[in-house]
Amino acid sequence: MTLSLFFFYLFAIVLVGAAVMVVSSRSPVHSVLFLILAFFNAAGLFMLAGAEFLALMLIIVYVGAVAVLFLFVVMMLDVDFAELRQGFLQYAPIGLVVGIILALELIMVAVGFVVTPEVASASAVAIDPTLSNTEALGRVLYTRYVFLFEGAGLVLLVAMIGAIVLTLRHKPGIRRQDVGAQVARTPAMSVENVKVKSGQGL
Amino acid sequence: MSELLSAYLPVVIFIALAGVIGLALLVAPFLIAIKRPDPEKVSAYECGFEAFDDARMKFDVRFYLVAILFIIFDLEVAFLFPWAASFREVGWFGFWSMMVFLGILTIGFVYEWRKGALEWD
Amino acid sequence: MTSDLMSLDALLPVLPEIALALGALALLMAGVFLKGETHASVSGIAIGLLVAVGVLALLYPIDGVLFNGVFVADGFGRYMKTLILIGSALALVLSLSSAGENGLAKFEYSVLVVLATLGMMIMVSANDLMSLYIGLELQSLALYVVAAIKRESTRASEAGLKYFVLGALSSGMLLYGASLIYGFTGQTQIDEIAKVLSLGDRSLGLTVGLVFLLAGLAFKISAVPFHMWTPDVYEGAPTPVTAFFASAPKVAAMALLIRVVMDSFEPIALQWQQIVIFLSVASMVLAAFAAIGQKNLKRLIAYSSIGHVGFALVGLSAGSQGGVDGVAIYMAIYLTMTLALFACLLALRTEDGFAEQISDLSGLAQTKPFIAATMAILMFSLIGVPPLAGFFAKWYVFLAAVEAELFVLAVIGVLASAVSAFYYLRIVKVMYFDEPVLQFAAAPAELRVVMGAGAFLLVTYFFTVGAPLGAWAHNAAGSLF
Repeated sequence: MTLSLFFFYLFAIVLVGAAVMVVSSRSPVHSVLFLILAFFNAAGLFMLAGAEFLALMLIIVYVGAVAVLFLFVVMMLDVDFAELRQGFLQYAPIGLVVGIILALELIMVAVGFVVTPEVASASAVAIDPTLSNTEALGRVLYTRYVFLFEGAGLVLLVAMIGAIVLTLRHKPGIRRQDVGAQVARTPAMSVENVKVKSGQGL
Repeated sequence: MSELLSAYLPVVIFIALAGVIGLALLVAPFLIAIKRPDPEKVSAYECGFEAFDDARMKFDVRFYLVAILFIIFDLEVAFLFPWAASFREVGWFGFWSMMVFLGILTIGFVYEWRKGALEWD
Repeated sequence: MTSDLMSLDALLPVLPEIALALGALALLMAGVFLKGETHASVSGIAIGLLVAVGVLALLYPIDGVLFNGVFVADGFGRYMKTLILIGSALALVLSLSSAGENGLAKFEYSVLVVLATLGMMIMVSANDLMSLYIGLELQSLALYVVAAIKRESTRASEAGLKYFVLGALSSGMLLYGASLIYGFTGQTQIDEIAKVLSLGDRSLGLTVGLVFLLAGLAFKISAVPFHMWTPDVYEGAPTPVTAFFASAPKVAAMALLIRVVMDSFEPIALQWQQIVIFLSVASMVLAAFAAIGQKNLKRLIAYSSIGHVGFALVGLSAGSQGGVDGVAIYMAIYLTMTLALFACLLALRTEDGFAEQISDLSGLAQTKPFIAATMAILMFSLIGVPPLAGFFAKWYVFLAAVEAELFVLAVIGVLASAVSAFYYLRIVKVMYFDEPVLQFAAAPAELRVVMGAGAFLLVTYFFTVGAPLGAWAHNAAGSLF
């Protein structure tokens, strides 16, 4: 128990520290790297809570893909972050007030937290302790929640269409490689014999 | 809980080892390497001029398109893991629900192929 | 864990959604495989598809709870879905004539509108916090893209980005609320939550969850104080897109809000009623005063739509079946007024663009008497002058509020209505009493049809559609109780 407590505090402290660095580091690229560190530690916390699937998804999706995307965005936007940061102190008090209110709400929720025994038994899908959570998820996701699963597929489709509609630009007049057409080309299609009359040229 | 931790002990040792090696390589130069900096040595050098502007350039938006298409298929793959883990349990119904899901995304794939989103120019 | 789908027949209640999804996929493939300029033909097919799905839903009304309680098909859902399908189809019709100038000459536009409509139908039928979220995201994601679809325009891109960032924030709040509700009740299904709540013994966390959930939904219907995005997005997005934003998504989000509060939080009605009353009063009052200073027509319409959401929420505040009846009727009339109003705006085309400022309408009665007359009817209906339809819309919701003894709310509503008359009448004054400044091109036939039909329905509401619509709305609301 003490060992898991040690790991909990290790992950939690590094997570909070990394999160602070995300907003306070001078270079946006460093911010993204700290974000990755924060993701890793959050994954560690998920792991301690027994949510292995979520932990690994966090690493695969967020660290593997989203963080890379953030790096691209940071580089693509070419924002002068030093200038942007000048407003930081100006807005800090308002941000602080909002943050404190949110924190108070969270504390109120935490204090008012009552584990009512009937809630666990009322749960829509009973928790089977013998299953790994990847398997438990798989058992309901594709059958019981098939509607939501296909819905998620459509959301991904919209994301795909959206990304293409908003960013795809083809430069006009570019001749693409067309392997089929190139291979199917015969001398008859491309070579033309012309009889040139002497003294006239073409 | 300790059972969970012991199951992941190899990973912890592995990460700790990687961390130690990485740190050692970072710290060692500070201790061992000879450093005699002077202003000219550490200044940015651009053909005898001061640096004109930021070294970072604007990235082409096309990188972003490739990255976001990657994320979408990455998420698609993420849905395959629990499916594979519970394949025996979910039966034919689960099989076909995954086929429909893959079908939707395949249509998206055909769309992006035909649009030329997978080509560079 | 198996599914409750034993045979394909069990899928019948969800047939309209399946048809729409398959249609959207087919449209995408048609758009990308057909040769040449495909956007006009794809929009044509998309309009046909939306109408066909509406007819299908109405001809074969099959009730049922599907997918282990995730999806519900009932009378209320069918009523709202019909409104949504009409709204989306007409929004596509309105976009036809000016697709080129507005950057909508891409077949993806129609596909995204169809997919957004599918999301709205899922929202309306959501019987579970998870399907609520999936539907909402499907809708919102498509709307973010559509807002920015005119990519060469900085204003449209700004509108899209603003909408996206604030929309993502609201989705986050909604999810946070939903997870708290799940944590404190152990249920995500809407009717099951109500069962757990009626056991008593509610903790504070649940209230916090409810507040976050309602805040997320209030953002989607653009109720004050979550309305900030509306004027900017309405102004920045191309006008046909704004017409779409102002019509179907509002109906869908309102239907979702009604189902969530009436079905799932019925046992704690006093708590959500406070929030809804606040949203309602704030929306009516702020919109009435903020719209006065507007010069841009689309911003004015944005504030007007915020105000109308406030009026519709008056009905919901009552928490009674009469109130839900009122909201259902209100949304139908609001949809008609909005679509006809945007048909007028899109018909006012000059050589270099569209009428965007109120001053552009000067002397419209002399240059375009038909459009001016339609707009005047619309303005009087938006104010709520009898015997136009807008009056009846307000009448039902205020009646419900009075029956629920919310006298102060009803009085504030009437006062806000009176203040809002000022800016609506100013448009009428500009059209009829100022000198003309701009010359407009002839309006395309389909816009004239939408304008004429809208004006006809609004004027003759009491004698024609009023009674059947009221009965239908009453039946629809009845399926919730």
